[in-house]
Amino acid sequence: MMIIDEPLLRASSVTKLYGSRVGCEDVSFELWPGEVLAVVGESGSGKTTLLNCLSTRLPPTAGSVSYRMRDGNFRDLYEMSEAERRFLMRTDWGFVHQNPADGLRMTVSAGANVGERLMAIGDRHYGKIRSTAIDWLTRVEIAQDRIDDQPRAFSGGMRQRLQIARNLVTGPRLVFMDEPTGGLDVSVQARLLDLLRGLVSDLGLAAIVVTHDLAVARLLSQRMMVMKDGRVIETGLTDRVLDDPREPYTQLLVSSILQV
Amino acid sequence: MSELASYNFAYLDEQTKRMIRRAILKGIAIPGYQVPFASREMPMPYGWGTGGVQVTASIIGPDDVLKVIDQGADDTTNAVSIRAFIKKVANVAVTTKTAEATIIQTRHRIPEAELQAGQTIVFQVPIPEPLRFLEPRETETRKMHALEEYGLMHVKLYEDIARHGRIATTYAYPVRVEGRYVMDPSPTPKFDNPKMHMSAALQLFGAGREKRIYAVPPYTKVVSLDFEDHPFEVQTFDKPCALCSAEQVYLDEVVLDDRGGRMFVCSDTDHCETRRAEGHRGEMAGEAA
Repeated sequence: MMIIDEPLLRASSVTKLYGSRVGCEDVSFELWPGEVLAVVGESGSGKTTLLNCLSTRLPPTAGSVSYRMRDGNFRDLYEMSEAERRFLMRTDWGFVHQNPADGLRMTVSAGANVGERLMAIGDRHYGKIRSTAIDWLTRVEIAQDRIDDQPRAFSGGMRQRLQIARNLVTGPRLVFMDEPTGGLDVSVQARLLDLLRGLVSDLGLAAIVVTHDLAVARLLSQRMMVMKDGRVIETGLTDRVLDDPREPYTQLLVSSILQV
Repeated sequence: MSELASYNFAYLDEQTKRMIRRAILKGIAIPGYQVPFASREMPMPYGWGTGGVQVTASIIGPDDVLKVIDQGADDTTNAVSIRAFIKKVANVAVTTKTAEATIIQTRHRIPEAELQAGQTIVFQVPIPEPLRFLEPRETETRKMHALEEYGLMHVKLYEDIARHGRIATTYAYPVRVEGRYVMDPSPTPKFDNPKMHMSAALQLFGAGREKRIYAVPPYTKVVSLDFEDHPFEVQTFDKPCALCSAEQVYLDEVVLDDRGGRMFVCSDTDHCETRRAEGHRGEMAGEAA
């Protein structure tokens, strides 16, 4: 097995202030290739702000985020040109939104949604684009005959799976997910998690998953960061944090899970 | 012309013409790039060619000869009105002959006769942004042009093939200009797209309501977008023109009666008349002329 001795993403002292209010403050961590990191915390704790800062959707007030490009060199994301950044976002990265309508083009067919990234990086062969789209729809358990339907005609779970296929088609190395199972009913959530888990391990994806659902974090992630009031208060292996929480707030969070 | 003494030459004031000329020059310098300009109110409604009229009025001089066509025809309302308007306010010579004109203002067609060096063709453009129906945000489409992110344009063509089995876009067919900007050639049939490629004439595009001017300078590469396995192709017609028997031209379908009778004739009226004057006769030339 190849020994990986360098992280994929490095965040140092990332801080985002909204005026005098704190979005997130002094967050530092490293993400390693193939690793799934969960960011948990209650609403308003700065999870999504942090995710946006990491994924270049929101420039941080202070701190830096660097990423190891495919050539092995680290680049500061906010010192890249916008063209490079956008290219990175649609080739080497994926972003799965909580609401699939934000991440999909609702008025073009499922096939075109999956194929868009391929066309954006210069694929100009209809037949190949279509067969890749069919392949990906199958992998996310969408029937082939739905390829020409618009996502408007899809259920919530299907839309979310389509969004995942659309993001993964270019073989990204890092995927950001913002509450990927939010708003789905539990049985659909379970299947989606199963699918995500399979894809992440098959493709060796690294992922940063923001969620308030500790069960999602437990199933998907190896490592976890607990946030409160914009700060990271506890980090560690997921199982360790959930089974043996150290901070009083984490203990509260873990004990708040409803038992059925 | 005494009653028009209060109008400036070609209707627009000199300052406005300078502003529009600057936009045109910038457009020529950056082929296919949409240059914003301060479009003026014209004495006609938006959608009737206010952009084209402003461009024409800004470049026309006393020695120019103007031709105006609408869907290829010199004798339709829009063409007649605009021709009369410019003739009145600029007192220039007008013509219906493509070869005699120095400026041709057009809506929805490029003349069949090949345009020559020294001629300028002015297109009336309703929606200059080729990405508009795919991405409604102007801020985003401008960024996409700036960063050459044109994958979305192919998404539209992909949708066409997925739905119809072929690229069903037949007009306003997107082109790439000089390997850089993707441009909407205005709602001309895609039949006319190849005429834009390496044309000897200067091609100017004016969108009055959307306040944009763009240009294709002479001898510029204009390539229609397509897929490798679904290459760009133009419309073909089964029969030649019923009046002048021209082939490889764009034909209009004319319904003759309410029993399904119809004829196909050249959409370019000047081209058809010229051919008939040269003695070409189509199958219905006798009865319909």
